Amino acid sequence: MDDTTATAATQKLRFYQKGTFTVGNRLVSESDRSVQASIDRSNALTCGHRACQGCGEALGARYALDTALRATGGNIIAVNATGCLEVFTTPYPETSWQIPWIHSLFGNAAAVATGVAAAMRAKGKPQVRAIAQGGDGGTTDIGFGCLSGMFERNDDVLYICYDNEAYMNTGVQRSSATPPAARTATTPAEGPEPGNVFGTGKSLPRIAVAHGIPYVATATVADLHDLERKVVKAMSIHGARYLHIHVPCPLGWGSVSQDTIRLARLAVECGLFPVYEAEHGFVTGSRKIRRQVPVEDYLKPQRRFAHLFASDEGRGRLKRLQAIADRNIDEYNLLEREGDA
Amino acid sequence: MLKQIEGSRAMAEAIGLCRPEVICAYPITPQTHIVEGLGEMVKSGELKGCEFINVESEFAALSVAIGASAAGARAYTATASQGLLYMAEAVYNASGLGLPIVMTVGNRAIGAPINIWNDHSDAMSMADAGWMQLFAETNQEAADLHIQAFKLAEELSMPIMVCVDGFILTHAVERVDIPSQEAVDAYLPSYDPVQVLDPTDPISIGAMVGPDAFTEVRFLQHYKQNLALRLIGDLAGEFKAQFGRDSGGLLRTYRADDAELLVVAMGSVNGTIKDVIDEMRADGIRIGLVTLVSFRPFPIEQLRKVLVGRKNVVVVEKSLAVGMGGQLALHVGLALRNVAGAPQVHSCVAGLGGRPITRPSLHKLFRRALVQPWEGTHFLDLNEEIIAKELHHVRKVRRSGPTAENILRRLSGSEPAHLPAAE
Amino acid sequence: MFQVRFHGRGGQGVVTASEVLSVAAFLENRHAQAFPSFGSERKGAPVVAFCRIDDKEIRLREPIMEPDALIVQDPTLFKAIDVCQGLKRTGYLLVNSNRPLHELHLDKIVKELPAGHVLTVPATDFAMKYIGRPLPNAALLGAFAALTGVVQLKSVVAAIHDAFPAEKIALANIAAATAAYDAVNAQAAA
Repeated sequence: MDDTTATAATQKLRFYQKGTFTVGNRLVSESDRSVQASIDRSNALTCGHRACQGCGEALGARYALDTALRATGGNIIAVNATGCLEVFTTPYPETSWQIPWIHSLFGNAAAVATGVAAAMRAKGKPQVRAIAQGGDGGTTDIGFGCLSGMFERNDDVLYICYDNEAYMNTGVQRSSATPPAARTATTPAEGPEPGNVFGTGKSLPRIAVAHGIPYVATATVADLHDLERKVVKAMSIHGARYLHIHVPCPLGWGSVSQDTIRLARLAVECGLFPVYEAEHGFVTGSRKIRRQVPVEDYLKPQRRFAHLFASDEGRGRLKRLQAIADRNIDEYNLLEREGDA
Repeated sequence: MLKQIEGSRAMAEAIGLCRPEVICAYPITPQTHIVEGLGEMVKSGELKGCEFINVESEFAALSVAIGASAAGARAYTATASQGLLYMAEAVYNASGLGLPIVMTVGNRAIGAPINIWNDHSDAMSMADAGWMQLFAETNQEAADLHIQAFKLAEELSMPIMVCVDGFILTHAVERVDIPSQEAVDAYLPSYDPVQVLDPTDPISIGAMVGPDAFTEVRFLQHYKQNLALRLIGDLAGEFKAQFGRDSGGLLRTYRADDAELLVVAMGSVNGTIKDVIDEMRADGIRIGLVTLVSFRPFPIEQLRKVLVGRKNVVVVEKSLAVGMGGQLALHVGLALRNVAGAPQVHSCVAGLGGRPITRPSLHKLFRRALVQPWEGTHFLDLNEEIIAKELHHVRKVRRSGPTAENILRRLSGSEPAHLPAAE
Repeated sequence: MFQVRFHGRGGQGVVTASEVLSVAAFLENRHAQAFPSFGSERKGAPVVAFCRIDDKEIRLREPIMEPDALIVQDPTLFKAIDVCQGLKRTGYLLVNSNRPLHELHLDKIVKELPAGHVLTVPATDFAMKYIGRPLPNAALLGAFAALTGVVQLKSVVAAIHDAFPAEKIALANIAAATAAYDAVNAQAAA
């Protein structure tokens, strides 16, 4: 175990504990502890919701919104797109939200949040901040127009995308965030190229960066401290901000419920999910891979990639996925190199 | 203050006087001048406490209004035609959530074929979405209705469309009395929401509602529109008390008391019809007019009261439900349902795609109703010759080409290019 | 009711002319309605605009099919469309041109209308002289006031002043209108 005791500002958390792959709060100083560790945590999203066992989105949303609530002194209004999060948090006639929350439509969360932010300014309450949130489908596909419009106007909205890489709520259909080769209900593991085809898909974080907005970050439920830090940073900025959180979905990915955080970590460590930050169009830093693993380690526990391990053609595509991971590592500088600070 | 002013500008000034807090709109002919006017007023500081947002689509426009209204701000947007359709999902969302958004619809035909001129098909397409719909006859009424609309919407927590004929009203310069800020403030209090997103008192808005409650939610929307039937009249009465003129209300009549033939119409065409009625009255014909202002809620009782006992009713409307006929005529039939000895209702569809509705054509139409009653839908000024030619052509040739282009070519005097010379 | 129909091409200020005329009538406490006939707003395309003036509320919304006066800002239109369609027997025809009537092939119309009701005015020349741009509308309105007496020059002047927020441009247009007004009166007196 490697223990550094530098001050909070420069402390690098290099804990690596066998077994659970998590870093416990008890090993960290008070000021660095996750918000969720406190009994005073606000529970913006309280218990009783109907998320699946092991739902990455519930975990990510809880952390993100509690942090935002804390960072703003309780002054947030959330706008939710249609999707898993909206459905499992408001099972009629209950709601598990303890913050002001509105669900309008599938594709307009960003625009509705723009309206909320404008209303707060008009009423002289600019300290009340708008947060829009949705899944990958509601963000990268049907919500793309409104999102781009919000970015372009630099509206004071933080948009959080919970990316589980498919339309999960409606039965695991493919979205433009679905990775190549993944099996979904609309990209079945059939024919000459089973699963989602290569050469499709879009990276919303990359597109967000291209809009030149004040802050873009990717995050993962595998590093909740990092996620909280990014939410705090985002809430300290005014203007359009985008946070893209990788959230494994045991049901849709065909993985076991207790593997959610482990898989999220493997996605980072193999390079397929780069964790980085950007400001005004330029990447400002990335979270280094601690111990690189081959993509197989990440893909094997997910039944949605099972067909890649069952044939030569599949194994050939594994190589292509590895190539994507390698390119990410290169582009975002994900590996520590000699002479790095 | 009396001004000689473009209709759009008059509306913008009236809306500005209502102290909107969030204005968000996407440009589409013929509403552009309204929104530009408001944008100028915000940018110059003339309209204070208001955020003006340039959105990237109509869907975004109404969505921004939804967010703003839910957060407690007085929200306004405007659109027409294609734009109204593009925001259709949000239109239902706003009314289902009970948000008092005011939206101007600069009535314009819906394509295809693409057409920028006036008719009522856009309003008709969203008539059943749960919004109130009021139709202005003049630019004075267009300005006045917006002031009444904010009050009406906020009292009922229900969105409202103020429908104004595109170009005919929006782009006409005429005399309008623009009220003072004090007068409007006395009439329209600030927005006190029934529901609001507030960090100090969190609520969830927009959750799923299952089979055991959905009907009740919808019924209450319908119930509120029934309340509106009286409230619209009340607010018009208050308006008259405050501003000194008649404007709005459910409907009004012109020379109807002893009329044997009553015309029913909405919007600016009522002006032309009044001139025709005066001319026909001079010839001794007992003809009168019902100007319908409120299409939603539809004033069944009030309309029945006026129409009962007449010999003939002619409905003149600027819309067509393809495969059915005129929507307004259908509604008028509803008002006369189960009425013993009901008048003969004549349906006329006119002015589609901006075709002018002229006095000579109306004279012919009304006189025809008196001597040669018709069933079904009559299309005013239909070019039967061109129709016949196209039907003939289509029967002869399988690949007959796009209908619209064929008709345009015939109109311009040349036969469609891919055909041999006319038979 | 007095109905005026304006003909011109996009970019010549036809719509503005109809609106300014309506304001002039308004300033004389009369009712007026101005509106364009709508098409794609392209420079050079034929444009028609309308203005109705009356002492009582104007309810009519149809295009003007039987004008009491026609103002033609661009005489090349005579070849393109039936400009004079519907013009009343007692109507006026005012044409922007520095050529004499007989060169414009309007003899037939001149015969059908009362004497002195058809006039050419070198409105574009006035515009170039006083404004420096070929926008003949102000001059034509001044000429219209002189020709028909439907509105007074001072109302036209005030309406032009309202229409142009930039003082210099307003004054230039007023000068053009006044010059045309005087020219028409001088011609009539002669």
